[in-house]
Amino acid sequence: MPSYVDPAKCDGCKGGDKTACMYICPNDLMVLNIEEMKAYNQEPDACWECYSCVKICPQGAIFVRGYDDFVPMGGQVHPMRSSDSIMWTVKFRNGNMKRFKFPIRTTAEGAANAYAGQKGASLDDECLFLEANLPTPK
Amino acid sequence: MALPNKPKGELKAVVNPEVVEHDVDVLIIGGGMAACGTAFEIKKWAPEGMKIVLVDKASLERSGAVAQGLSAINTYIGENPIESYVKMVRNDLMGVVREDLIYDCGRHVDESVKLFEEWGLPVWKKDADGENLDGAKPAKSLREGGQPVRTGKWQIMINGESYKPIVAEPAATALGSDNIIERVFIVKLLLDKNKPNQIAGAAGFSTRENKVHVFRCKAAMVACGGAVNIFRPRSTGEGKGRAWYPVWNAGSTYTMCAQIGATLTMMENRFTPARFKDGYGPVGAWFLLFKAKVQNGLGEFYANSDAVKDELEKFMPYGASPVTPTCLRNHLMINELREGRGPIYMATDVALNAFLDDRKAKGMNDKDLKKFWKHLESEAWEDFLDMSVGQAGLWAGANVEPEKIGSEIMPTEPYMLGSHSGCCGIWTSGPEEAWVPDVKNDSRVHKYKWGYNRMTTVDGLFTAGDGVGASGHKFSSGSHAEGRIAAKQMVKFCRDNAFKPELKQTAQEIADEIYAPVRRYEEFKDASTAADVNPNYCKPAGLMMRLMKATDEYGGGVATYYMTSGKLLNICLDLLLLLREDAAKMAAGDLHELLRCWENYHRIWCVETHIRHIEFRKESRYPGFYYRSDFPTCDDENWKCFVNSTFNPETQEWKCEKVECLNIFPTEPWL
Repeated sequence: MPSYVDPAKCDGCKGGDKTACMYICPNDLMVLNIEEMKAYNQEPDACWECYSCVKICPQGAIFVRGYDDFVPMGGQVHPMRSSDSIMWTVKFRNGNMKRFKFPIRTTAEGAANAYAGQKGASLDDECLFLEANLPTPK
Repeated sequence: MALPNKPKGELKAVVNPEVVEHDVDVLIIGGGMAACGTAFEIKKWAPEGMKIVLVDKASLERSGAVAQGLSAINTYIGENPIESYVKMVRNDLMGVVREDLIYDCGRHVDESVKLFEEWGLPVWKKDADGENLDGAKPAKSLREGGQPVRTGKWQIMINGESYKPIVAEPAATALGSDNIIERVFIVKLLLDKNKPNQIAGAAGFSTRENKVHVFRCKAAMVACGGAVNIFRPRSTGEGKGRAWYPVWNAGSTYTMCAQIGATLTMMENRFTPARFKDGYGPVGAWFLLFKAKVQNGLGEFYANSDAVKDELEKFMPYGASPVTPTCLRNHLMINELREGRGPIYMATDVALNAFLDDRKAKGMNDKDLKKFWKHLESEAWEDFLDMSVGQAGLWAGANVEPEKIGSEIMPTEPYMLGSHSGCCGIWTSGPEEAWVPDVKNDSRVHKYKWGYNRMTTVDGLFTAGDGVGASGHKFSSGSHAEGRIAAKQMVKFCRDNAFKPELKQTAQEIADEIYAPVRRYEEFKDASTAADVNPNYCKPAGLMMRLMKATDEYGGGVATYYMTSGKLLNICLDLLLLLREDAAKMAAGDLHELLRCWENYHRIWCVETHIRHIEFRKESRYPGFYYRSDFPTCDDENWKCFVNSTFNPETQEWKCEKVECLNIFPTEPWL
């Protein structure tokens, strides 16, 4: 189900140094055409439909169209992701719609504790940071 | 036609890239769960001034197998004995596993899961009435004794859309953004010039600018996932991208480590998951949470038939254990398909309606029933939307409502991995503890420990997650834990082994090798008016199809219902030799194509190890994953052992050998 870009909505992230979809795609598929200032998926048959580009696009310009070798036309799955939840709209080929909302995170972005500056105890045992009294096979 | 013959993409490659050299103490290659575990943990042990750099070919926030999200964490020990976990893994992987590594993973994994929850991952909980609460509802944390929603004995449910960004965040904070280099694809590891069998560096290139990066290091973690698109997939058009495992995993872990002499283990193992057809959506929640069953084309729930019981008896002790190994479940399904009793359907309709009928029978009123149904439906869809949106898209396109109609399931094309229900990978040291077998042998190839937990047979080279062989069922959480284990050991290795790394080649020589496909393109592009058709070079896209055709037809892919033989395997090896030679003639017009060239080079190498191992092992250890027609049964008497293989970088020769498989945990009762 390759992602595609709606040219009416894409602004190429205004030529910023990080075009969002290009920055995030795990498979190096999304690229910016600088002359047109629009992004596109350069290798649709290598798209995992992970939706990373769809979720990150600040303009909501990226959608997914089902793989043409097995998905009948007309359906669509599209998310709206906020900092703590995601809302999915599932549109069926026959026009039926379903909406689902799920939590995605219980802490504020940037708040995950990296325990910076804290150190483990002894480098010569098998205990990891925050661990003590490791079990051994009975 | 492309006149004049131009490169395709937006980021053109130049013949002479800039060469950047880096000196670091520890290099982390990869950005998935294992690498993030390493990045978080290593700072807890590293002395002041130790330089640690992580290099990711994608962007840390969404790289690796968890990029899309997950709906469950499949390894959380919780209230269970770790011994039972080891026995479950041992049985699922047909007896040939490293129990020391599995036990070790089991004793560290829960701490990773508790950290995930603390960092913000919503974990479902049971309320006082035993009903499911989603992970954002107020409830005790796992650390405080909160009860997760168990699906199986080991799995817990999460709202995991943001699983990867949540785990990546503290990893990035710990290392510091200056020490994370994204969009650089490491393509080869480098041995030290002076110390034999010692890692001294790695090299790769940027997919954003024309730069080759050469690193010198004292220790390295290689955690770049498993291998995908190594066998012809069932969908060969656009749907080729809808691989079950992440399509960007190109076998880099196995290839890069093998090439400098790290011993591999159990490369004959593969994973051929049975998934919803085409969309490859997960089946775990359907089996475990919704208690769905599979029907054959005759409408029979065949899994409990007498014929099936007889079939399983053939594979003792694995087949008759209370939990049928994954490969044997596939084997039963393939038997149905081969006999023409397909298609196989997951009876989603029967399962969901059974829940409703149960509530009705208990006297639930219509209003509450409606509410209950809405919750159930939401749980069912979230399973796909969290981790396999494409499956939801297929259902939407095909007007499938799971409560009204079942969906077809099908064994996929084979994958190579070491963290899921598969166990190929690299042979590593276990923990330096008395309970880990002390094998009296001079060679690390036969030993279970040599001083540094999760170090490969190459000094200073560590791996985790999909990289560590003979110890599957780590999944996301276990991979993270294993990355943390290796992190501490790398610091210890650096403390104990002071040396100044020196490379055998100059940085320029390395850069020339990495950019060879660009030079070939520039040299020959004008010999044809078509960009991809040229007698002097091949393009990576075409080469990948050629690779997948060879493995599919001769190496036991879907074309033959996973059947191969010694004769076919040797033909496959001949074809791979030619492929490897022609891989030197790949051409890249832009940086994206250069990425694909090197990925395919890694794929060819890694699948060759797979075929070599299957050829060496004269039995069918994993019926349902692959079969050898010449040795069709599982032969415990002769083959209940590891197969380890080592490539000698000096002589360029492979050596395959049998290695003793020792049990730490009782074999009676087996499970």
